[in-house]
Amino acid sequence: MKTFTLHKVLFILILFVSQFSSAKAKTVCNTCELKSLKEAIAVAHAGDTILVKKGTYKEYNIVVDKPLTIIGENFPVIDGEDQGEIIRIVSDYVTIDGLFIINVGTSYTSDHAAIRVVRSKNFLIQNVVLEKLFFGIYIEKSNHGKIYHNKIIGDAQNEYNSGNGIQLWYSKNVVVEKNIVQKVRDGIYLEFSDHILIKDNISTKNLRYGLHFMFSNDDVYTNNTFENNGAGVAVMFSKRIKMNQNTFRNNWGPAAYGLLLKEINDAEIYNNVFEENTTAIHIEGSNRVTYSGNNFTRNGYALKVHGACYANVYEKNNFAHNSFAVSYNSKINDNVFKNNYWSSYTGYDLDNDGVGDVPYRPVKLFSYIVNQTPETIILMRSLFIGIIDFSEKVSPVFTPDNLLDMSPQIKRYE
Amino acid sequence: MFKILKYSFYDLIRSRWSFVYLLFYLMLGSVLLFLNNDLSKAVITLMNVIIILVPLIGTIFGVMYYYNSKEFTELLLAQPIKRSTIFIGQYLGVALSLSLSLIIGLGIPFVLYGLFQSNEIWDFVLLLITGLFLTLIFTALAFNIALYNENRIKGFSYAILAWLFMAVIYDGLFLMSLIAFQSYPLDSFSITATMFNPIDLSRILILLKLDISALLGYTGAVFQKFFGTGFGLLLSTSALSVWVLLPVFNMYRKCRKKDF
Repeated sequence: MKTFTLHKVLFILILFVSQFSSAKAKTVCNTCELKSLKEAIAVAHAGDTILVKKGTYKEYNIVVDKPLTIIGENFPVIDGEDQGEIIRIVSDYVTIDGLFIINVGTSYTSDHAAIRVVRSKNFLIQNVVLEKLFFGIYIEKSNHGKIYHNKIIGDAQNEYNSGNGIQLWYSKNVVVEKNIVQKVRDGIYLEFSDHILIKDNISTKNLRYGLHFMFSNDDVYTNNTFENNGAGVAVMFSKRIKMNQNTFRNNWGPAAYGLLLKEINDAEIYNNVFEENTTAIHIEGSNRVTYSGNNFTRNGYALKVHGACYANVYEKNNFAHNSFAVSYNSKINDNVFKNNYWSSYTGYDLDNDGVGDVPYRPVKLFSYIVNQTPETIILMRSLFIGIIDFSEKVSPVFTPDNLLDMSPQIKRYE
Repeated sequence: MFKILKYSFYDLIRSRWSFVYLLFYLMLGSVLLFLNNDLSKAVITLMNVIIILVPLIGTIFGVMYYYNSKEFTELLLAQPIKRSTIFIGQYLGVALSLSLSLIIGLGIPFVLYGLFQSNEIWDFVLLLITGLFLTLIFTALAFNIALYNENRIKGFSYAILAWLFMAVIYDGLFLMSLIAFQSYPLDSFSITATMFNPIDLSRILILLKLDISALLGYTGAVFQKFFGTGFGLLLSTSALSVWVLLPVFNMYRKCRKKDF
């Protein structure tokens, strides 16, 4: 299936290129007339295809300034020898396909990238493998492009001297699909980028965030997997984001989240899976967000709600075996919890309609105490805590008394 | 000592209560496993049972056995046997028979369930080890209390009180002091305070292997260092050993001086 779509894309591309110009293929190899990518680009005309044969090419600062299709055969190696940026695309309609780029230079003053796209439209970067990189694919003020099926394997050690895998800055309508990003600072980073589709990516073992959003609106990310990242996924200061069918797993650590939401308005968070994160979703200042059909399993905190979150709806989620299902740090609640499944629900269902007859209080007194005095976590699961939790459940004093799920489900949603 | 241990042990494992205890664990283990179908969840539930029930049963059994076998003990005291041998032997007899019930009662359902193919085996072993420690500690405490009190009603109430204190009241005081002094650094204090209560200690020891070890690291560097490393495990285990040794030593001291 994958190769099929890949071939289709390639085919369409070749068709496209050959229709628009009298395309000629230039071949680059170690024994050819053209021995480097730079020379080939210099002699190529707009619309040409450059075929790079297998071999190692020690080049950096390659500027692609005309619409070209650069295709690597059997992953030729472009070795930047840590000198700086490797490929810079400054023209529309550029395709980069099948290159193996290594040794991007590290710099503290400029963000050297393996492939940088600057103010260009309709770019396509696919089947590229990047290793030993600083920044991977850096899209700067470029619109209508696609980053498809790339593999970015970093070796980042410290946050201050490492870069991001895929970075979008002031770019619109870009598709990021089927990429694998590992061991960089932020797997995928978006800043001021709207209408981005992030789909089927796997972002793991990154130093900081698997995916990081800043000031980016109307984006969709779906079907991605974020695992073992230093701090999980952060979505900040953005509007109208759709997050569907993603998996957030194993983001353990004192400062790790499955998903961090800060100042997020009007978002939709549907059908995601949160498994074994310290905090599955950490929410701050987020309004009118709908959480539906999510699975929270074995997290430390499933939802950790900090101040100023209004008019959010949590419905039809599964909360199973989390140490704390919901944690609130205030007594005020303006959010709605309904039709969720809670594994620690102890009520009954006399009329057998699948909805518990007794409302469920997801906020435990102990989570409130832990918020106030973090050291008390050492008393977790002790009998005394059980007793005070029970008494608080019977008559709430410290936790928001209107925070109730009036219709808790008896059976878990499948 | 071994002869006395043997007699107490055989006497106890033939008694009805040992069987009830064994059956209870058998049932608990089977119900948890075969209705739950999730081994790691079963281990957590068992933890709750073990840290509350094992101390309680250890305490009550210990006191009960001491008072019930008082006449036999007095008979033995008339023989040329060392006093410490008699009491330590009896203590070990009670503690070992209780431990045996625990291990067999929980072990059988877990083995039937297929424990050896599971990753949870170490959690389970840790659970049993803490269960053993708690049995040893609370039986020893019970013997101490009984040695100090001739009146059985008093002895029983002190024993129950000791259990209640360790299981519930201590945590209440602990929690209140944590809240009262929340503006001070409390990491070292809370770790130390945990060491002084075997029930808390066992709870932490099991939790370290379970879900919340990362949550514990949430609060600060000292917790992080303590809970994130083998050092915490080592320190907790040695503290539990001290908790066994101290009451046994006191028992040894007291029984030599006691006037019968």
